Amino acid sequence: MANLKVNGTEHVLDIEPEMPLLWAIRDEIGLTGTKFGCGIASCGACTVHVNGKAVRSCVTPVSAVEGQKITTIEGLAVALGAENTSRPDLAAVQRAWIDHQIPQCGYCQSGMIMAVSSFLAENPNPSDAQIDAGITNICRCGSYPRVRKAIHALASA
Amino acid sequence: MKVNRRNFLLSSAMVGGGVLIGYSASRPTRHRRANNEMVQDTERFITSFIKIDPSNRITIYVPHSEMGQGIHTSLSMMVADELDANWEDVNIEQAPAIDLFANGDMLKGFATEFGVPNFLTGLVNASAFAVVEIMNLQTTGGSASIRFTGEHGMRPAGAAARQMLLQAAANRWDVSIDELTTKLSHVHHDSSGRSFSYGELADDASVLEPPEEPILKDRSQFQIMGKAISRNDIPAKVDGSAIYGLDAHSEDMLYAAIRLAPVFGTKLISVDATEALAQRGVKKVIELKDSVAIVADNYWRAKQALALVKTEFEASDNDSISSLDIANRFDRELASSGGSEDKVIGDTSSAFDSATDTIEANYRVPYLAHAAMEPMNCTVHIKGDTADLWTSTQDALAMKGRVASIAGLAEDSVTFHQTYCGGGYGRRLPFNWNMIDHATLIAKEFNVPIKTIFSREDDMQQDYYRPAVHSNFRASLDSNGKVTAWENKYTGPIQTPGAAHIPYAIKNQSIRVVDGRTHVPIAAWRSVDHSQQTFFTESFVDELAHRTGINPYQFRMDLLQQHPRHRKVLEVAAESAGYGKDLPEGRALGIAVQESFGSFVAEIAEVSMSEDDRPVIHKVTCAIDCGWAVNPDTVEAQIESGIIFGLSAAMYGEISIENGRVHQDNFPDYEMVRMDSSPDIEVHIVESGEAPGGLGEPATPPIAAAITNAIYILTGQRIRDLPIKKHDLSINAAVAKV
Repeated sequence: MANLKVNGTEHVLDIEPEMPLLWAIRDEIGLTGTKFGCGIASCGACTVHVNGKAVRSCVTPVSAVEGQKITTIEGLAVALGAENTSRPDLAAVQRAWIDHQIPQCGYCQSGMIMAVSSFLAENPNPSDAQIDAGITNICRCGSYPRVRKAIHALASA
Repeated sequence: MKVNRRNFLLSSAMVGGGVLIGYSASRPTRHRRANNEMVQDTERFITSFIKIDPSNRITIYVPHSEMGQGIHTSLSMMVADELDANWEDVNIEQAPAIDLFANGDMLKGFATEFGVPNFLTGLVNASAFAVVEIMNLQTTGGSASIRFTGEHGMRPAGAAARQMLLQAAANRWDVSIDELTTKLSHVHHDSSGRSFSYGELADDASVLEPPEEPILKDRSQFQIMGKAISRNDIPAKVDGSAIYGLDAHSEDMLYAAIRLAPVFGTKLISVDATEALAQRGVKKVIELKDSVAIVADNYWRAKQALALVKTEFEASDNDSISSLDIANRFDRELASSGGSEDKVIGDTSSAFDSATDTIEANYRVPYLAHAAMEPMNCTVHIKGDTADLWTSTQDALAMKGRVASIAGLAEDSVTFHQTYCGGGYGRRLPFNWNMIDHATLIAKEFNVPIKTIFSREDDMQQDYYRPAVHSNFRASLDSNGKVTAWENKYTGPIQTPGAAHIPYAIKNQSIRVVDGRTHVPIAAWRSVDHSQQTFFTESFVDELAHRTGINPYQFRMDLLQQHPRHRKVLEVAAESAGYGKDLPEGRALGIAVQESFGSFVAEIAEVSMSEDDRPVIHKVTCAIDCGWAVNPDTVEAQIESGIIFGLSAAMYGEISIENGRVHQDNFPDYEMVRMDSSPDIEVHIVESGEAPGGLGEPATPPIAAAITNAIYILTGQRIRDLPIKKHDLSINAAVAKV
């Protein structure tokens, strides 16, 4: 049994403790916004937040995150308190992603948004070098120049 | 591609839903069929792409896959503008995977007039399909959607619908159509102040004959096209609600992990799945001709259990083949006197006989994987004599047909469920069947939905690859430094005719191709043959420039007198990049230009060498002449995307063959450009006003040569084989080579 608290909802799942969080979220809970990309924590498509920090869920066993606050892309706006803003359904990062027209195929963007959101919480005004070091997700469509612009725009907002 | 009147009539009539020339006797017009089969209540189709309901909501059906190129929005803009629709009231839908929305009809129109479109040639050859059989495709590829479907399908459909709505209003008011105007989804009779919404006219308009010659707007009349309009697919892609093939989900779904024969083309001999079958959640082991699959109630469980399966695959002659063997074979082919003519003009031999200088160089590039972020997957639910299908694809109709044929079902009994596509780049085109076939065969064993997923390792090792190519060059110069002959011989096969041809005014040319087929399966990969050929030709042209002592920009310009569109993009890129001006210490500019898929692209890379002798790409300046831009922001995004895609390949991309199989298995050894290696990109759209060119691919070809041409200036080393990462670019290495 694993007790997972995802986007504020408790899920008691009859699964192995070593099952990666990614597959518990996708196949057991049925939340599909978190993506499978590489399975080895290389690409970041599976990034979720555990207690607000970015974690690559494809290599994180559920036993390591039981009882902790897990947030997926579907729960990001609520987790970041967007309900008191003019766009209650979207966190500021997500709004910036629309403003800068960032996603192309979009498959990696759940993970990218989760990574950037956590990164900005720790680096509110990052330099380009800090962005280079801190955002390591792969986007095969090459949205990087727009992601960088959006990060700077968010930092100066 | 020039559109003559006859072709315009043919294609617009077929796709816009007008009088179907040659079909009218036997087949109802498409919009009548749509009105019979697809509407609910008071909705009406006015041409097959456009549905209008009484509240004036306009739905546009787009018969192309959305893979991030923004095609749903761009094609809808083309319809909406010609229709004079209110963009705020436009609803965009992916057209269903039914033959009513096959876009192959139009391709057939083009094929009849011009021969098979280039990007389909490979597919047609590969499948031995006759032209007539490409009818039932819904292909998204070849950077073709705007050029073909947009210009010759969607715009005429919008214009035809507008004329039908005008006619319906004229009939109602009993006035001449000339007294009427349209604006923001309304028809107005200005002299009487009366107006109808399109919704009020839709019922009447839907029974009218579509005009044979819909009148398209002049560019000066555009209201929507040419504006940077936000893409309709983006909101769902930032909140996790966008559904991709991999996201198909149901309570009773089971998951398959699969192990395919590691050496392409070999068969499964024996399986021992005893241990796997004892694992939690495992339902079944399925043996197929070339693979074994484990089906379980969770993908991770299936994958874990598959690791316990012992398999034996048959031995084959390819078991000992390595990349080195393939390279040696290619070199032997190139050294032989055989091969076939790609393009010959003048007489190169006599030019070489009288040459005062000659220059030779041999180039090569490796196989490449597509590595879309969404690994290949396919979900099939077979329910007796019907089936449901979910898969991210560049051709829904073809996938549906394939699943039906593998499952032994009638094509119409398979329902294709629309999803977004997590990257295509050619991998998800028809004829790259390995995932689709396996998923269907596995699903046949169950009566619940089965989702078959390639792991990243499977995805990388069971791809259909961008071909490895070797290309040898020889050129002659006369005593004035003028290039008198260009000889080029490369390994095929040709997937994109003309990709190896050069625009430069060289009087004598001989371009030949030899057999480059191996046991490694190949397919289109973003920009197809241009991805290799542009690296080769734009590098060798650069070598010639340096040999003559003329700067590479001027050298190209001098030889492009007959090609104003090439010249213009070079000029704009050079000016913007500061070509010929002072650069920061230690930096150099590399230049390349290529025409592909109807667009002309020049790229200039600003590069320096790091302290550890690695190239650092600071900035890429790109100028593109794509005729004119339907959605300029989407154009810029596609340029950025195409450059970074090509940059990953140039810097890191290599699929190598060892013991007959692919060596690389995941991103660490098939590395990608990431944030820290992504340059600034500056895009300049040069509007020539010519017919729209493609956008998904044309930015990819020039980038490799732009970078290696800069590296040559910085280090004196000419990189003639990719990827760049395997070259030692230190001063010592340069000295050692001299």
